[in-house]
Amino acid sequence: MRKEATRLVSALLRAGNNGVSTSWAVGGTRLKSAMPQPDEKKDEDLHAKEGKVLHPHLLNENVVKTQYAVRGELYLRAEQLRKEGKEIIFTNVGNPHALGAKPLTFTRQVLALCAAPFLLDHPKVEDMFPADAIARAKKILASFKGGVGAYTDSRGNPLVREEVARFIEKRDGVPSNPDHIFLTDGASVAVRLCLNAMIRHDRDSVLVPIPQYPLYSASIRLYGGTLVGYFLDERRGWGLSVEELQRALQESREEGKLVRGLVFINPGNPTGQCLSKENLQELIKLAYQEKIVLMADEVYQENVYQDERPFVSAKKVMWEMGEPYRSHVELLSFHTVSKGTAGECGLRGGYVEMTNIHPGAIEEVYKCASINLSPNTMGQIALSVLVNPPKPGDPSYDQYTKEKASELVSLRRRRHMVTDGFNALDGVTCNFTEGAMYSFPQIKLPAKALEAAKAAGKAGDVFYCLKLLEATGISTVPGSGFGQEEGTFHLRTTILPREEVMTTFVEKFDKFHKDFMKQYS
Amino acid sequence: MTNMDAPSTSNGTSTSAQDAAAQKQPVRRAPLGIDTINKRVIKSEYAVRGEIVQLAQKIAKEVESGQHNHPFDKVVWCNIGNPQILGQKPITYFRQVLALCECPQLLSHPNIRELFPEDVIARAQLLTKQIPGGLGAYSESAGALIIRQLVAASITKRDGYPADPDNIYMTDGASPAVHYMMDLLLREPTDAMMVPIPQYPLYSATLTLYGGTLAPYLLDEGAGWGLDVEHLRLQLAKARREGLCVRAMVVINPGNPTGQCLSYQNMRDVLTFCRDEQLVLIADEVYQANIYVGNKEFFSFKKVACAMGLEDQVPLVSLHSISKGFIGECGRRGGYMEVTGFPEPVKDQILKLASINLCPNLSGQICCALMMNPPQPGEASYELYRKEKSDILGSLKRRAELLVGALNRLEGVSCNAAEGALYAFPRVTLPEAAVAAAKKLGKQPDWLYCKELLEATGIVVVPGSGFGQADGTFHFRTTFLPSEEDIGRVVEALSAFHAAFLKRHGGLTTAAVAASAAAANGTHAGQ
Repeated sequence: MRKEATRLVSALLRAGNNGVSTSWAVGGTRLKSAMPQPDEKKDEDLHAKEGKVLHPHLLNENVVKTQYAVRGELYLRAEQLRKEGKEIIFTNVGNPHALGAKPLTFTRQVLALCAAPFLLDHPKVEDMFPADAIARAKKILASFKGGVGAYTDSRGNPLVREEVARFIEKRDGVPSNPDHIFLTDGASVAVRLCLNAMIRHDRDSVLVPIPQYPLYSASIRLYGGTLVGYFLDERRGWGLSVEELQRALQESREEGKLVRGLVFINPGNPTGQCLSKENLQELIKLAYQEKIVLMADEVYQENVYQDERPFVSAKKVMWEMGEPYRSHVELLSFHTVSKGTAGECGLRGGYVEMTNIHPGAIEEVYKCASINLSPNTMGQIALSVLVNPPKPGDPSYDQYTKEKASELVSLRRRRHMVTDGFNALDGVTCNFTEGAMYSFPQIKLPAKALEAAKAAGKAGDVFYCLKLLEATGISTVPGSGFGQEEGTFHLRTTILPREEVMTTFVEKFDKFHKDFMKQYS
Repeated sequence: MTNMDAPSTSNGTSTSAQDAAAQKQPVRRAPLGIDTINKRVIKSEYAVRGEIVQLAQKIAKEVESGQHNHPFDKVVWCNIGNPQILGQKPITYFRQVLALCECPQLLSHPNIRELFPEDVIARAQLLTKQIPGGLGAYSESAGALIIRQLVAASITKRDGYPADPDNIYMTDGASPAVHYMMDLLLREPTDAMMVPIPQYPLYSATLTLYGGTLAPYLLDEGAGWGLDVEHLRLQLAKARREGLCVRAMVVINPGNPTGQCLSYQNMRDVLTFCRDEQLVLIADEVYQANIYVGNKEFFSFKKVACAMGLEDQVPLVSLHSISKGFIGECGRRGGYMEVTGFPEPVKDQILKLASINLCPNLSGQICCALMMNPPQPGEASYELYRKEKSDILGSLKRRAELLVGALNRLEGVSCNAAEGALYAFPRVTLPEAAVAAAKKLGKQPDWLYCKELLEATGIVVVPGSGFGQADGTFHFRTTFLPSEEDIGRVVEALSAFHAAFLKRHGGLTTAAVAASAAAANGTHAGQ
């Protein structure tokens, strides 16, 4: 028996053939430190409780403690009401097609032809598809060896990665290397790949804006790291100040934390602000001085609704700052097909570009990506069209450009309707949505409402949002899911209801708020 | 200012100017250096896309460029079950429905009926209507309700026992389901899962990534890779003696890389074992449509558990995927897991994990629903579907037999029949000189064999050490997916290489062959 055990363990330990120590943690290798001490729980207590292995108390603590508000209590209640037949307006998540946005025609034509390549041989194909969609599908299929049904390279198809690199070069005027670009099933997967590599233990921390998009809090918690919040200044249009970042950094270091990364979301989610070039320069200097990886969530780069501060990428700013920043600051930037005017959430396509990242670290991220084999091909193709759209003179150019422009103009109008609607209400203040897809108003809740919330065992904003949902069918996310200054209450709604229903949306909100304030004044 | 997050060395790019700057400041080190990232990431190994495959990618690039000295004009990817890259055609019906769902404006085109059969149009209309917002909207995180209903209905039909859409979670391929279970169950390094050896390295890789321990049980090569429950008990007892808290057991049926199909009685024994020992059973059933021998039949663990009345007593996770079978839609990333015997609060935790990635991709979800609900007799697409399915499965069976037969004719090679799945996992006796040569390189002998095979023939296979194997034995895994036109050439090239390899390394002694056979057959000896 003993002999067999030793034999097997040695066989397993040798399994890794690249010389990296113990690639498989097999019984015996970690036992000394892990042997139960007399005062520890007995194995049976750890293994099963009330006859259940899968007891909620016996799960991975990091899983149980993770919170993800975008699909939290409010969302679950909304789903339940929908099942009961109530009409729900889902403004809890930036999901444009669910609220009636139409996909871009050219993108879907290319997707359909790639999915069903036999259509390309059909004599009627030119009646149904424009010539450039046919040409594009042929080009893509020639590059996707085995078609869309085969696993691609775990980093994504080489042609698409090349197209992404050319897109970045054109956007920024800065060289981009396709080997540093990984395609993923949406940007969330890219963020998680990077966080998983960065976080080693609970002292490892990541600076995250408050309010933040809960993907960050959830993933950092899940990987066992620590979130360090820095506050955006609501009074200055959700501005980002380096002093506040320094404060957060200093405090966390005093607590013995190792700050590894700094997340910023530009344009902001849920806060909608667009960062200035100067602001980005300050961030880059800070990252350089303090040796922190910059994580630039730039998924809303197309969604900008004012002209004073057009979108500028962190990479471009960093490049223009010259040395030492240009070739030293470690930057991860994220983009997606889910947002912008394409809004292709369900296809799950996105990418991360890694600038100045150690090649060995990129290799490790590659390996982790390979454990899930490859990103889905339709998401990759949608990304290909996003970064390499029809050109002037192509048959689809006019339609494609028009569809995008009219969606963007409509979003500009809609964010006005939403922001103005909120600011017209007593006890509600709301910064202008400069970019992204959200409005994040502050609600001043009357004392009586807070008492009622407390009695119901809910936070004030959760209470308000639940009442709003029950009364109007409008599904929002309470500010507490994103983080907010203590004693303030917010909610996040998207600006995505279509224009034809937006008036009703604003009216419903208006009526609910007035009734609510009357009831609790 | 602390600089604790940058231990050991810099990344080797420092210059004297930087050194001077370092006098004032702590040494500048990359926060994302190879020495400062998560060790569990570094330790995690995934051989299916490991070192041999990376070498093959490099060679493939050279071959494509036309400027190379390799003695072949094509790299043959037998390392991974990726059928369509080797020429397998997608099932027409699936792609027709998907194309219409992806481009729903076609549904209102006047010529639509000239391009698409009636049942395809009807199915696409149903799906686009029932999926809120279509393919471009996030669905529920567990998957769109209509998709889960379709999947549940088909499981009910397959097993004869009810399946509940609320127990189904759609996933981007089957792999994310394994990630969920690891994340959920593993709390500390002493938490372990029983995994078959040889195994699919997804399990070892994710166990390492999530910080758990692999508690192995050996499949018996001498008994057609049989799973012996007595051996399971001994291995579990041993793991527990070593202080491990064994949380779950993984079974891959049909086996990967080993291709064996479990018998009904064997499955009953496994379920009883899991009930007695309070283990979660993770049933990897992604190859359920790939069975090539007349006397074997696929049963799901869910069906057997229900027949035994154990469905509430053994927490069971069943995985399925669109990547395998006769469908091979790997690139689509579609799959599902069905959980039974899971308490509601635990299911809530799974849903939360799923929600952090928002939702699985909709094309994959739709393809999965179609796989589970193919055209029925009488429908316009039925005949073509039936023919494509039986052609592919018939051809896979022929190719499996051809490959396994040829392998067994090679000197010092023995290969169990591939009853199911997509792989052959032959045992290769290697000459002592080859073993010594590998040792000198600091490599596994089977790695050396696979590398030389790649360099001589362009055939990419995975060394057995990536899957785990009994000490003193060497294997490799190859798919039998090259097309019927190609597989003959693959077999010829492999046979010629094998003979040359033996000759180059001094040939086999009778003693070496006997020792290898003894090592394989002695897996469970002495217990």
